[in-house]
Amino acid sequence: MRASFVFSEVLTGLRRNVTMTVAMILTTMVSLLLLGGGLLVVRMIDKTQTVYEDKLQVNVYLTNDISANDKECQKDPCRTLRTDLEKNPAVESVKYENRDQAYARFKEIFASQPELVKLARPEALPASFNVKLYDPDRPDVIIQTFSGKVGVDSIADQSEFLDRFFDALNGVRDLTFVVALIQAVAALLLISNTVQVSAFTRRTEVGIMRLVGATRWYTQLPFLLEAVVAGLIGAVLAIGLLVLAKLWFLDRLLEGPFAAGVIRPIEGLDILLISPWLLLTAIGISAVTGYVTLRLYVRQ
Amino acid sequence: MIRLEHVSKVYKTSTRPALEDVSVEMDKGEFVFLIGASGSGKSTFLRLLLREEVPTKGRVYVANFDVVRMSRRRVPRLRQSIGCVFQDFRLLHNKTVAENVAFALEVIGKPRNTIRKVVPEVLELVGLEGKSARMPHELSGGEQQRVAIARAFVNRPLMLLADEPTGNLDPDTSQDIMLLLERINRTGTTVLMATHDHSIVDSMRRRVVELSLGQVVRDDSRGVYGVGR
Repeated sequence: MRASFVFSEVLTGLRRNVTMTVAMILTTMVSLLLLGGGLLVVRMIDKTQTVYEDKLQVNVYLTNDISANDKECQKDPCRTLRTDLEKNPAVESVKYENRDQAYARFKEIFASQPELVKLARPEALPASFNVKLYDPDRPDVIIQTFSGKVGVDSIADQSEFLDRFFDALNGVRDLTFVVALIQAVAALLLISNTVQVSAFTRRTEVGIMRLVGATRWYTQLPFLLEAVVAGLIGAVLAIGLLVLAKLWFLDRLLEGPFAAGVIRPIEGLDILLISPWLLLTAIGISAVTGYVTLRLYVRQ
Repeated sequence: MIRLEHVSKVYKTSTRPALEDVSVEMDKGEFVFLIGASGSGKSTFLRLLLREEVPTKGRVYVANFDVVRMSRRRVPRLRQSIGCVFQDFRLLHNKTVAENVAFALEVIGKPRNTIRKVVPEVLELVGLEGKSARMPHELSGGEQQRVAIARAFVNRPLMLLADEPTGNLDPDTSQDIMLLLERINRTGTTVLMATHDHSIVDSMRRRVVELSLGQVVRDDSRGVYGVGR
């Protein structure tokens, strides 16, 4: 009895304010869509970061002199540099790559672009130490110690490029969160408004309920549930749109980078994993807003 | 059943008290008229009993409830033991007669089979058998008030408060409604009726409590409307 009564009241309420309900659902949806998008970017960044973390290295490029004359790194200053690097506590391993090896690798990397390979000469490629650090986030230690040493031409920190890439992704994430927040405020106000309008249109019913001794739950739960149901529909739509956006938009747009392994793709599982959070957020926000509104504006 | 002890009520927006040092007692099963001009404090009196308002000073007891000191959570219990009828009927226009009456039970969580049993019974008591499927706008004023009385009485309250229940009705219909209220009173239900209707008060010869400017100026056990002024 109780459940069916409350449920039918909720349906009546949602139907009676159908335009408000639709507006409430849509703003909630957009807000959650953006929040979901932001969360997916966060997941993508995390996953991509772990992929690169193992591979990140600092490349210490050696001068032309060494590159040309010291193939096995047997003489100074190459030998000294290597021992210094190996002794450095931040360094996990050091691999020497001479000019021939560098050229071989270059050919391998650009195998798909033979005209580029044709242009390149081994003499243009320097020998280098590929230095793997215990903490790939702290390349500055190596850069400071080894820059300008005899035999060192330049030091390239791969993470620098990657940082810029992640900065861009983080920016996208922050922007979606900010817009999501603005939308959330709009959704919040709409929910509050809808609950008030709903309570106002049914003031006769509510008046009678109070008079015959209905408890707070009976008089106010329908309004609260209306907000929650609308919020839930908004969340479900947002999740649906995220799936569609992945299938129709993201997968196609980023097909190349995904295939090359540059960025980890967003998978269905990722959307599945963030969905409960979107649903919970929707329920939480609409329930709290509804409750506070009823507390502030509707007399018991 | 009802006891007010030195009750005063001052509304924030007004300097004059709506009720001033009112002490009244009504027993179980009594039929009491509450009379007085508009603004004399009748409505405030009724609202205090329902705890729609809390008095500024004094104590209010209804049945076993200490109305002033009771917790908010128990207010629904108090209201379930009081039936209410108004001048404007306050029916739900999108519900049938039977649904209007059933609504009062549904919202306090009564089981469905109880509702199915008691709604026809109370509709018969108020003389509306056969009209349970009608909509309120298809009924006359008197019939609508009967629906309202049925709704107020269906949960068998200890007490029935009627705020000018005949205010919108012609004299003959009013008489019928009074007969109905008397019948309800004979079941042991205390009836407290606020009214302006001289002829009804005069013809019923029941207890009359008169309020004037928030004070009890008369309390006759078998009173009429006009005497004592």
